[in-house]
Amino acid sequence: MSTQSVLFDAPGPRARRRHAILTVVGVALLGILLWVVLRKMQSAGQLNPALWEPFLTDRSVWRDYLLKGLWATIKAALISIVLAGAFGLLFGIGRLSQIAPIRWFCGVVVEFFRAVPVLLMMIFAYFGIYTRTDLFSASTAPLAAVVTGLTLYNGSVIAELVRSGVFALPKGQGEAGLSVGLTPSQVLRSVQLPQALTAMLPALIGQFVVILKDSALGYQVTYPELLTWSKTLGSAFSNTVPAYIVAAILFILMNYALTKIATVVQRRLSRRGRAVIATPGQVAETVQQESTMAGEDGVQTDATKTGMR
Amino acid sequence: MGDIFSNYDVLGAFWWTIKLSFFGGLGALVLGTIAAIMRVSPVAVMRFIGSAYVNIFRNTPLTLLMVLSVLGVTYILGVTLADDINQNALRWAMVVLAVYHGAFVCEALRSGVNTVPAGQAEAARAVGLTFGQSMREVILPQAFRGSIAPLGSVLIALIKNTTVAAVIVQAEAAGLMQRIIEFEGGSFLIFAIFALGFVVLTMPLGILFTSMSRRLAVKR
Repeated sequence: MSTQSVLFDAPGPRARRRHAILTVVGVALLGILLWVVLRKMQSAGQLNPALWEPFLTDRSVWRDYLLKGLWATIKAALISIVLAGAFGLLFGIGRLSQIAPIRWFCGVVVEFFRAVPVLLMMIFAYFGIYTRTDLFSASTAPLAAVVTGLTLYNGSVIAELVRSGVFALPKGQGEAGLSVGLTPSQVLRSVQLPQALTAMLPALIGQFVVILKDSALGYQVTYPELLTWSKTLGSAFSNTVPAYIVAAILFILMNYALTKIATVVQRRLSRRGRAVIATPGQVAETVQQESTMAGEDGVQTDATKTGMR
Repeated sequence: MGDIFSNYDVLGAFWWTIKLSFFGGLGALVLGTIAAIMRVSPVAVMRFIGSAYVNIFRNTPLTLLMVLSVLGVTYILGVTLADDINQNALRWAMVVLAVYHGAFVCEALRSGVNTVPAGQAEAARAVGLTFGQSMREVILPQAFRGSIAPLGSVLIALIKNTTVAAVIVQAEAAGLMQRIIEFEGGSFLIFAIFALGFVVLTMPLGILFTSMSRRLAVKR
């Protein structure tokens, strides 16, 4: 780990002894924590194998509950990422427009939807609009509300990614385009955007993690996603706590895998010498440790990388 | 519009939003700092605990944690934080906000540490500073400055995420908005009032953190 080499020297004999003591302390800490949790569950009867067995033995647990919820979650997330991508591209380009009023309008829209909580949008879309009008049928209204909230918020985030992606490119790219006679909008379309979109890829995958997690907010607007189904499962098999824990594990596995993919894509892009935009906080195991996080947009380019050393 | 303010305690709901943000944020800062120290420590077990904490809570939906805290931990495991149902839910909401965002605070601090080039630590050692001195004088000041911007994003996200408490308790802004819409009908005005409330809460912080991170940025 390179963080280690930044902070700590190679350990000598005394440091090694200290590390050994800390290791024991750490193991003890972990053990105590586990023991407290397990004891609490034990005394509430939650470790009873009868509550956990259905996940292994009963196929209907998966077929009738968890997989249904998983599919609903993934469906909402997939629709949202496609729509949010379109929204983000549109408003991101709008924010780079040559025409000032378009730039301002898109800026206001993006900043507004980024500042408003997703749940607020979902609640308003569902209870305020969709259940009071016949825009959507009663069965699709919850899904529509979830997708509305996720699209507006994440679309705005993606719009910002598009903008910062274009800004992160070396100035020469745009200047070269202009000097061979392209118009500014041609430069944007055929020179800057393709590069910016590639650079965005890891951040976009990171945003998918956000969308997957936030789709659980559908719980509040009666959308039957994984959390709702695990609650139903919990009442059907009277194993509420195990059902939530299994749902949490499913979420963690999906999101962890996506984060790993984002990291791999990021590493591959920067190995090819392309500019990369990292989402702060999402792509965790940031690769070139000592060169990351330049500027408040979380944008890193080759320029900053070489400029650091 | 006057009706809404006189019939419903809108400001009171936002006061709960602020309280949830404050105590949740405080807890997140403490947990995140501890986790960050563990994650960058030279002891493998400590690193494991830190990264397990981060990976578990960063990848679980906040909604699930909220629901689990009341429907699971309070009702089934019997761990209550207050006798009153609402108070209990609000306190659990603070705990859950702290635990969830602690994982992001940890990553923000760690990304700050990562902005410090290895050469800085090497140079500090080369001129004979001890471990404590090089931390105090060279590394931590730069790491702290580097983590201002991501910490600001975490705080703003936390303020917006207090709305998720609406799934377990109706005291804060999103829960109140849902109640008003159910009783009074869904006008854009109601949404605009609540949306504006969050813009007012988050916008100054965003400007403050951006200007701070610019002003304090380490020139490299």
